[in-house]
This record gives sequence, C-alpha cells and structure tokens, in this order.
Amino acid sequence: MADTATKFDKRPALLLTPAFIAITALVVIPMSFILVYSFYENVDLAVDRVAFQFGNWEELLTDGYYHNAIWKTLKISFVVTVLAAVLGYLPAYFIAMTKFRHKWLLLLLLILPFWVSFIIRTLSWIHILGNQGAINGLLQWLGLTDEPIRMMFNEFSVMVGLIHVFLPYMILNIYVSLEGIDENLEPAARTLGATPWQAFKEVTLPLSLPGLAAGSLLVFVLTGGSYVTPLILGGPSDFLFGNLIYDAVVTELNWPMGATLSFTLLVLLGSVVVIYSRFMGLNQLSKAFG
Amino acid sequence: MNAWAFIRFYTILVYTFMFAPIIVVLILAFNASQFGGFPIEGFSLRWFGELFQNEAIMRAFRTSFILGLMTALVATTIGILAALALVRYQFRGKDWITTFLISPVLVPETVLAVGLLIFLRWLHMPRSFGLLLLGHSIIALPFVVLVVQARLVGIRREYEEAARSLGASPVQTFFAVTFPLLMPAIFAGALFAFTISFDNITATIFWRPSGMETVPTQIFGMLRHSVSPEINALGFVMICITVGVPLLAGGLARYFSRKKV
Repeated sequence: MADTATKFDKRPALLLTPAFIAITALVVIPMSFILVYSFYENVDLAVDRVAFQFGNWEELLTDGYYHNAIWKTLKISFVVTVLAAVLGYLPAYFIAMTKFRHKWLLLLLLILPFWVSFIIRTLSWIHILGNQGAINGLLQWLGLTDEPIRMMFNEFSVMVGLIHVFLPYMILNIYVSLEGIDENLEPAARTLGATPWQAFKEVTLPLSLPGLAAGSLLVFVLTGGSYVTPLILGGPSDFLFGNLIYDAVVTELNWPMGATLSFTLLVLLGSVVVIYSRFMGLNQLSKAFG
Repeated sequence: MNAWAFIRFYTILVYTFMFAPIIVVLILAFNASQFGGFPIEGFSLRWFGELFQNEAIMRAFRTSFILGLMTALVATTIGILAALALVRYQFRGKDWITTFLISPVLVPETVLAVGLLIFLRWLHMPRSFGLLLLGHSIIALPFVVLVVQARLVGIRREYEEAARSLGASPVQTFFAVTFPLLMPAIFAGALFAFTISFDNITATIFWRPSGMETVPTQIFGMLRHSVSPEINALGFVMICITVGVPLLAGGLARYFSRKKV
C-alpha cells in the first residue's frame, strides 16, 4: 500500500475529467465568447459582423438608460437582501434554538418551497395582491372598499415575489451557522453576568455572521440576475438588468449588445462574489448542503 | 419569557408568508369560477378535466419529464465521479478544483444562457433539445456534486477493504459493496438534478428551440397579466408531484427502516 501511495495516482484525475470537460466546454469557453462578441458589430436583426470595435461598450457607458438599469438592479438587490435578512434571521434562530419536539417538521417546511415550482410560487402572488386577489377579495367582502386597490405590477410586487422565492436560502444559511454554535456559550455568557440580549449580541450574533453573509450573497446575486420575476409581477417600467439582456437577445436579436450586457452583469455580480470570497471563503456556501 | 414568545410569533408570521400564496393556488384549483382568482364560486373539478385535455400542456409535460430524467442521468453520472475523486483521494489543489466544480452556480443563469447560445451560434448549430439537456446538466452539476459529496463522506472504506480481504475482486467489490452503499447518494443527486431541470425557466427561455415548451415556459406563455384556472389546476398537479412524491418516498423509507429495527 505504501508503494501505491507514493506513486502518482491517476484515478482522481480520471474521475474528474468528465466534469472538467463539461464545465470547460459549457461554461468557460462560452464566457470568453461573450467577451469576444461584445466587440462585434450589430448590422441588422440577428445579423452581426465580425469586428473589433467599441460601439457596444460606448453605448453602454454613455447611455443613461443602461446606467439607470444598473443602479436600479443594485438598489433592488440590496433592498431584497436586507429585507430577506430581517425576515429570515429570527425564524432561523427559532428553529436552531427551539426545544420543540417536532423540529424536523420546521426544517422540512423550510426545504419544501424549493420543491414547489418557481413560476408557480411567483405567479401565486397575483392571487394575493391582484385585483381578484385574496387581499382585495377580503377588503371588498368586509365592505371596506368598493374598487380593488392596485397593489400589483409595480416595484413592490416584484420585490415581494423576489423575497418570497429567495427567503428560504437566507433562513437555511443562517440556521446552519446558528446550529453549529456550541450551545453552552450563551449560558456561559449569562453566568458571567450578561443579560440575555448582551449574550445574544456579544456571542451568538457574531458567530452567526458567516451564515448571514452566505445567505446575503446568495440572495443578492440571485436577485441581481433575475429577469423572469419582473416579467410576471412587474409593470412595463419595472425591469432589472437581466431584462435588458432578455430584450436584446430574445426580442431585438441584437447579439453583440446582448453579449456586452451579459458580460457587464457577469462582472458586476462576479465582483460581489469575489469580494465575499476574499473575506469568507466559499466553504460556507456548501455547508447548507450537509 | 417575552422575547421568546415574540420570536415564535414572528416565525409563524414568516412561515405564513412563505406558504399562504402556495396554499391559495391549491385552493383556487378547485374554484368553479371561470376566472383564476377570487371570489370562490363553488367546488369544481372541471379545470383538471380541461387540463388533461389541453394538448399543449400535456406535450410540455412530456418534454419536461424526459428532459428532467435525462438531465438527472447525465448530471448524476458526471457528478458522482467528481464527488468520488474529491472524497476518496488526497491530491494537491483540491480547493481550487472544488471551486471550479461549483463555478457554474456563481455565474448568473442569464449570462450562462447567453454565453452558451453565442458559442452555439459561432459553431453554426441551431438550438435543440440537446442544448437544453447539456445546459440543464451543467446547471445541476454543482448541486449534484455538493449533495453527493455530503452523503459520500459518511461511507467508510472499511467495508470495501473487508470485502477485498475476504477475496472479492475489485469489480465484485464495487458492485456488491460500493454501489449499494452509494445508492442513497445517487438517488439524492438524481432527484435534485431532476427537480432543477423540471423547474428551470431562466435559462430554458433562451435555449429552447422554437416550438418546444417545457412546463414552466408553457405556464409563462399562458400568463397574460392574469392567471387562468387551468394554470391553478396545473399548479396543484405539479405541487402534488414535486412535493408529494419525495415526501411519500421519505415517509415510506422511514417507516420500513423503523420496522426492520
């Protein structure tokens, strides 16, 4: 056995080869093509010319429409992330700390939304906030309003839909880091004279920050890359940066501009991931799968 | 304790926020009204009948189902091999390799979709079912690797070594010992990959060939700022499948494993 251990073992390399080929061919090479295509020139609908020119980049950098979209996307991603953290922290804390016998049930319910179709979960908000939705139905039944109140197809409903879909990622990540904390630490702080709030603030909260950061990263990046939710729950002016890509590629068939916008989104969200991994490493992200 | 009561109440509210919309879809699937929303005008199974007679939806269902099964096959095969390498062997640069394997998750799906599409355009290849299969597999691969890896860590090598020392050949050992021990990991990975493929819409809208619809893109196409009752019925059926089947499988597995002991 000692003999085989010192020799170079080919088996892991063989086992990894299919995955490497797949990711290289389907992710790495296509990403470089996005960059190359961003210098091409769009001639007509679905027709482009091989070129090395900066027209697409110039348009992106000078047109206020695109700046507005970038700004709006960052803003919505930020607000959705903060709200998801505010909504998610206490439930995660509750699940981690409860003495409830059927804790598994709470955990199961947390994973359940992942199994329900994304588009069903998204459109379900039309049933809640829409003109024929539950809230308007209730208000009219109670006689509080005659006319339905408009709550749909605006920035609010888009954000509600995004939070609803991404909240489980946040709760799960916070829960995982809370669950890993030694349960004697908080009582120890208490015996040393800390109030419950101090014990939480000085011990538990700092130790749960990695999970909070991992959840926030996921929610921010997932929101920043969305375009389907605004299409379903938003009005004409509620678009994210992903919608510009969708319009360029699917509607206008302007491939070079679509490539330019895609590369921009990749750099924007990629730099968030890079900053995060400088501080936290990427290990925390995989813990939620344990 | 007051703070704890508040936390519990808050948790209940958040769970309500997560589940109320889903429950509303389940209820509205049985609404007799010909509009998809409230008020409820009576109980009816009519929309399920219409659903099963809707040729477009049924076709989308078949497409999604086959695509999901094939994605599960491809992604799980590649993913298990990679996860085995990561768990079983020690080698240099493991962290980098793990990051590389997870990298498709770090690319926004929209960007991944456009990139692959442009690459295909450069190759002068039309969009096809094969593109959807490869694309879905690459989206599912990181999740499969993570899930399978987590399960594999628990399998001890002593079982294999025992089989070998009792005279089994490496091939016999694999099929008699390793493979059965791997089954739960394979199953978990495949289920995950199937779900990811079955649910995907973000990339699918870009990749599908014209005229081909999966269930999510079909629903997306049917939404015209209102929800038809058929969509509610479809939602009910989908939730029953994607939630009910794993729950039932998990429940049965627990029941039988308890009986054995």
